[in-house]
Amino acid sequence: MTNHWIDIKNSDCILIMGSNAAANHPISFKWIYRAMEAGATLISVDPRFNRTAAQADLYARLRSGTDIAFLGGMINYIISKKRFHRDYLAEYTNAGFLLNPEYGFSDGLFTGYRPGERKYDKSSWAFVRDGNGIPRRDPSLGDPNCVYQKLKKHYARYTLKKVSATTGTPVEDLVKVWDIFSKTGALEKTGTILYAMGWTQHTVGVQNIRTMSIIQLLLGNMGRPGGGINALRGESNVQGSTDHSLLYHIWPGYLGAARAGQPTLAEYNEKNTPRSSNPQSANWWQHKPKYMVSYLKAMFGGSATVENDFGYGRMPKIDDDASYTWLDLFDAMYKGELEGFFSWGQNPANSGANSGKTRKALGKLDWLVNVNLFDNETASFWEGPGVDPKKIKTEVFLLPCASSMEKDGSVTNSGRWMQWRYKAADPPGEAKSDGQIMVELWRRVRGLYKEKNSVFPEPILSFRPELFKSGRYDADSVARLINGYFEKETTVKGKTYSKGSLVPNFTFLKDDGATSSGNWLYCNSYTEAGNMAARRKKTDPSGMGLFPQWAWCWPLNRRILYNRASVDHKGNPWSPNKEIIRWNGVNKRWVGDVPDGGWAPAAKLPFIMKPDGVASIFGPGLADGPFPEHYEPLEGPLKKNPFSGQRINPAVRAYDSTADSWLSHNPRYPIVATTHRVAEHWQTGTMSRRMPWLLETQPALFVEMSHELAHLKGIINGGRCIIASARGQLEAVALVTFRLKPMTISGKTVHQVSLPFCYGWLYPKNRGDAANLLTASVGDPNTGIPETKAFMVDVKKKGRA
Amino acid sequence: MAGGFFFVDTPRCTACRGCQVACKAWHKLPGVKTRQWGSPQNPKDLGPDTYRLVRFREYNQKDKAVRDYFSDACRHCLDPPCKDAADQYVKGAVVIDRSGAVIHTEKTALLGENAEEVMVACPFNIPRKDPGTGILRKCNMCFDRLKAGLEPSCAKACPVGAINFGSEKSVMALAQSRLATAKRLYGHTAQLLNADEVRVIYLIADEAEKYYEFATY
Repeated sequence: MTNHWIDIKNSDCILIMGSNAAANHPISFKWIYRAMEAGATLISVDPRFNRTAAQADLYARLRSGTDIAFLGGMINYIISKKRFHRDYLAEYTNAGFLLNPEYGFSDGLFTGYRPGERKYDKSSWAFVRDGNGIPRRDPSLGDPNCVYQKLKKHYARYTLKKVSATTGTPVEDLVKVWDIFSKTGALEKTGTILYAMGWTQHTVGVQNIRTMSIIQLLLGNMGRPGGGINALRGESNVQGSTDHSLLYHIWPGYLGAARAGQPTLAEYNEKNTPRSSNPQSANWWQHKPKYMVSYLKAMFGGSATVENDFGYGRMPKIDDDASYTWLDLFDAMYKGELEGFFSWGQNPANSGANSGKTRKALGKLDWLVNVNLFDNETASFWEGPGVDPKKIKTEVFLLPCASSMEKDGSVTNSGRWMQWRYKAADPPGEAKSDGQIMVELWRRVRGLYKEKNSVFPEPILSFRPELFKSGRYDADSVARLINGYFEKETTVKGKTYSKGSLVPNFTFLKDDGATSSGNWLYCNSYTEAGNMAARRKKTDPSGMGLFPQWAWCWPLNRRILYNRASVDHKGNPWSPNKEIIRWNGVNKRWVGDVPDGGWAPAAKLPFIMKPDGVASIFGPGLADGPFPEHYEPLEGPLKKNPFSGQRINPAVRAYDSTADSWLSHNPRYPIVATTHRVAEHWQTGTMSRRMPWLLETQPALFVEMSHELAHLKGIINGGRCIIASARGQLEAVALVTFRLKPMTISGKTVHQVSLPFCYGWLYPKNRGDAANLLTASVGDPNTGIPETKAFMVDVKKKGRA
Repeated sequence: MAGGFFFVDTPRCTACRGCQVACKAWHKLPGVKTRQWGSPQNPKDLGPDTYRLVRFREYNQKDKAVRDYFSDACRHCLDPPCKDAADQYVKGAVVIDRSGAVIHTEKTALLGENAEEVMVACPFNIPRKDPGTGILRKCNMCFDRLKAGLEPSCAKACPVGAINFGSEKSVMALAQSRLATAKRLYGHTAQLLNADEVRVIYLIADEAEKYYEFATY
């Protein structure tokens, strides 16, 4: 979230799309209702009339996988009705930047496409720059080569009629949603978007969110209370795990992972540090070398020195063109390229797309370690349906671990709040905390590296030896190291900090080895004043729900990101009822939230993480185009994309193993399907299916379908049916409902069904298996996230209903 | 009037069923073996091991889906007919606690076949008989929590303010203000159910029978 949960109350219009917040983030409605009591409108857009839709003032149905068409139409509407916030757009975004005349778009393809590689050469997606490298701009937004004019032209194609024929949304509903949401372009209003996996898990997942980002920038809603782009995270600490670099391509604090082509720190910095000669651009990432060195100091302590590149050479490097996303790893595993696998706190046999492929891939391993609270379908894959245990060579270890209540530590929520938790009870039996399991593993590995003839032992043996000296994992000392220390006596701004004292915040971090910080974004979370995440003060001086002394929020306890965009050139809020920060001209200070930099209002542009200081209407860094464009899902009901001759995302990540098959617009699989979650189960259900109070509420796999489809297929409510895709099939109970309805798409009737992904064959028996047996391993070109929210199936009645 | 009151704001309920599960957790009630019967409402009905149940109904109105949720449990009548009926046979089988909670005690087992009369006396179809012990079982307002200064577990668990607990004065004030909002949003069907007869006051937006045939009487 750019904003946070409580801030939802400050909104005038809440759009929930790609999320069923009422079911999956129940607490969100505490704040949504506060906003509604103050007059806000709640809009729900979803293929299903779900629990969120039931609370909404306005509901619009759309076909799964057509969000860009829906939102692209809204961009067109905002522009044609002139609902945008002109000053914000011209000054705080790249709308006025002039584009390289070579940039172009034709029939679904942007310039630079290389068909054989399914990739773009992005060199033509560039701005015209002056002699200092500063983009030339036309603040009037009138130049035909400026971003705004190209945007206008691109989305003029998204007409009401064409959008409706693509999404299946009735035209009157489209107009209602567009009209109500775009009214938040008025200065005194803000609108917010709450989204989740319904947007991300598509072959156009990143561009779904980009489309909404463009809308929020057109309307001037970024950085403002009640506005922003708000991802509702699917795990209590998924934000924290991402911040601390769970993903392969980043190191803590979103530092790019080192690549083989950057063998020295200097080369890493050269490649990864953006530059700007615009004095108005803060270009905050220019500080990356300080964060990188401080990170290396956190890893290697005293043995990281200028002479040895602070130990940079000890860090693993990824081959320049290598990709290790989830789908890549399981594809490699399926092809027998991996020997072993730690499955830590997860259940890939059910959670990943194309579970059939994943389950077969697990059988190609020599060993599998599953760390979990309970046995699950991954640990027991070798005795799963259709598997002959005698033919499985994989040795499986199940390590019992502590639950969240049985260990200390922090959890970072969707709103970026790091909240400290204390252990409530000891873990049962032999269960240990994840940290303890890792420390013990680490000690064994370290012991092996101490033996003679070990290869390249330095990275392992030089890792901060004092940290786990006791052999015990200690969350408090890890939290301190994440914040970081002065590694030697250091004087900053006339004040001397002793060696071993905690760094006050990341503006103190150095690239000369004087400081360490395990994650620069969290520097300020644990200072000499104590563990900031453990604070629980319930005061809100702003009255805007900031509660600045409740826990701690990255970065620097800033509760709303990009908040300098909430004020005009003089530092006054765009509207007095939407004040989150304000410049006090008398004492030359900001009041309110922690500002995005303390410079005087006009001194710096507000989007400090972007090299040019402004937000991106035109996004030249994306793999699949600088403007979002509607493409059909890999599997869809249409033979032709109504918007172009390019049916699917031209840069899609697809795989060619024997377990990868798909059938689009094929009469065998004519029904659009999606997966969803339920309030009563957690993720794949490893924990919740074992909880009798939850299992009784949702005891078995079901598939939701309309009365019309059920009638067509002779299926009755509560009867059993078979759902099949090109990859697998499942048995489920039919839940026949008014909440799904057939849609008219490009003149033909299209049905949609939906099923939850929380069941598995292991427990309870015969109550359904993973919905992901149906989904395809195909990914978004930017992130590799799989497309599990739009695919094609058939549904049949099973035997006697 | 002394004692506790509930205000259940059904239009505000998102059917997360936190109340249903929290009730089981506090009362240490076992999970019931259920099956998917074509509805998210599960268990299908109240029972000796289910004191609170979120009832789900859906309708097609002018080609739009409508959902009505109803978190159903004992209303704790001010003048409980179940007590009148039980008193005929076994004194102390049904008692009223200082909190106002109408409590079916273990002595309800002594009612024998007369328990049926007590059950039928309830206009809201609440009490259920434990087939093993013969005890009548239902919500007891978490009177033990109230004595310890805690609110009932359902109200504590509700994340959105749909189940509220407090004094008569605070609950009535909240009920009236939410009723005014609901009338504006939903029109004349918005109403408080049996507000002067019970300690658990429901606000509904749709006609009462659309939620559940025993929502009111």
